[in-house]
Amino acid sequence: MLRVEDLHVHYGGIHALKGIELAVGEGQIVALIGANGAGKSTTLNTISGLVRASGGRVEFLGKDITNAPSHEIVRMGLCQVPEGRKIFPEMTVIENLLMGAYIRNDSEEIKADRDLVFDLFPRLKERQHQVASTLSGGEQQMLAIGRGLMSRPKLLLLDEPSMGLAPLLVKEIFNIVKAINQQGTTILLVEQNANMALSIADYGYVLETGRTVLHGPAQELAANEEVKAAYLGG
Amino acid sequence: MSRVVALVLLCLVVALFALLRKYRAVVVSNTAFKYSYYPASALLVILAVNFLLVALGADRLFFVQQAVYGLSLGSVYALIALGYTMVYGVIKLINFAHGDIYMVGAYAGYYAVTALNLSFVPALVVAMAVSAVTGVLVERIAYKPLRDSPRITLLITAIGMSLLLENLGQKVFTSTPRTYPSMFTGSYNVFGVSVDLSRIIVFVVTILLMLALQYFVTYTKPGRAMRAVSQDRDAARLMGIDIDRVIAATFAVGSALAGAAGVLVGIVFPQIRPTMGVMPGLKAFVAAVIGGIGIIPGAMLGGMIIGVSENLVTAYISSSWRDAIAFGFLILILLAKPTGILGKHTREKV
Ligand SMILES: Nc1ncnc2c1ncn2[C@@H]1O[C@H](COP(=O)(O)OP(=O)(O)O)[C@@H](O)[C@H]1O
Ligand SMILES: [Mg+2]
Repeated sequence: MLRVEDLHVHYGGIHALKGIELAVGEGQIVALIGANGAGKSTTLNTISGLVRASGGRVEFLGKDITNAPSHEIVRMGLCQVPEGRKIFPEMTVIENLLMGAYIRNDSEEIKADRDLVFDLFPRLKERQHQVASTLSGGEQQMLAIGRGLMSRPKLLLLDEPSMGLAPLLVKEIFNIVKAINQQGTTILLVEQNANMALSIADYGYVLETGRTVLHGPAQELAANEEVKAAYLGG
Repeated sequence: MSRVVALVLLCLVVALFALLRKYRAVVVSNTAFKYSYYPASALLVILAVNFLLVALGADRLFFVQQAVYGLSLGSVYALIALGYTMVYGVIKLINFAHGDIYMVGAYAGYYAVTALNLSFVPALVVAMAVSAVTGVLVERIAYKPLRDSPRITLLITAIGMSLLLENLGQKVFTSTPRTYPSMFTGSYNVFGVSVDLSRIIVFVVTILLMLALQYFVTYTKPGRAMRAVSQDRDAARLMGIDIDRVIAATFAVGSALAGAAGVLVGIVFPQIRPTMGVMPGLKAFVAAVIGGIGIIPGAMLGGMIIGVSENLVTAYISSSWRDAIAFGFLILILLAKPTGILGKHTREKV
């Protein structure tokens, strides 16, 4: 479904990605793990078209989308829930969800999908008219994921959905990610919480300073001694 | 005596508007309420000051007249300020050519009335359309190629565009002032004072345009996209929004409002000239900053504050202080609350 080949990115003089290789098959959850600064967000942003690749290739649904405009990529069914949530702070919960459905025009179905999001996150329903900046961190993350779903993506990129959340909430978020996947959305999940990520993923990639250094089925990675030592706390 | 009164007045206006800060949380959480709240509160302040004046024994009728005149002048500033603030919201640029777009609108309206024999409303529409196209062209030609340049480059380009438009104006329209034909004569009785019909038209048209703008940014898709881009550009891109189109639309809407202001000013102060945009442009920019740059209701509020206080200063102190008042307010605001009256208390982002 998604294939990334030898992807390079430069930020001015900084060579942030030095040949990333990555593939996501339809229906999978693929985890992308690595330390802070390894290049995980840069990888997602380049796939989404926010950051320009200086070399390599990104292919989605058989089409070359390398350096395509981000709005066209979203329309093809690839949606990113960015790191730090990036909800629209001065819009209400409902307005944020509507922004998620920006590429769609079927207002009846948008309403239906909004109700599906409310089923998934009952707390958002209670706060639907609240301004997003007044939500708690966990609620903002739920809103960001719900907003992402509103575009009806085929592939959802999630950048550190557990960041800054209490352990109980992290569990809840991961359960929901799993549920979204079971309903048919393919997921590429970026996480520093490697334990959790690998526990729900089918396949995993490990990034180190801009390179893919390891990959394999999630269970194998979770059992790998190097991975354990570096990312799973020993 | 009158000077003391005016000073007290100014202090009171400042104090009351400072009070508005307390309500911001309530107001911002309700979008529909947000936009109608500030013009209404401007009226409230005027009434409060009016009572104070009566208590001090000043001429109430004269004050009311000046205040109402101030509202119509403030309308013009507010309409121009909206364009500054909307453009700043989406691309963080202070578009110094914006005052000249207002001049283009004034001339477009003038020729629509004199050469095409159009009546007021069609002429207003023509002026808004011509200004919108001019604004979009300026963006496309001058600003878009510099989208990723340092901000100072853009700012200098904006000043250059302003000079270019002014000089083109001198060339095309000549520097001889033109005079709008009088379209609205007569006067009406407001609160017991006679007020020119043209002043009332200016205020009413402005309120209608602001309501239309409020509807646009709150309920339509391009309006929501505009707000999304100004709140978080990358997130907006991730929603599938084409940033270039939103920016063009923002210039179109902001310029159309400035064009409308150009026609409205023409029916009150009929003399128009190619450099007419300089001072109002500067004051409207100050209005946008006072209200909180990037915040739409802030532009309306700032425009009204400057318009009303200019008229009152002219009436009670001296017309030579008129131009100073806007900049005096600017300094006060920058000292007290750099983000403007309705601005957020932003700490620098890490
Ligand atoms: N906008 C940027 N400008 C310059 N350097 C950046 C930018 N974004 C990220 N980087 C650098 O690129 C590298 C990878 O960052 P990032 O992709 O955010 O890592 P991760 O998401 O894995 O923590 C880091 O060294 C970071 O400092
Ligand atoms: Mg990151």
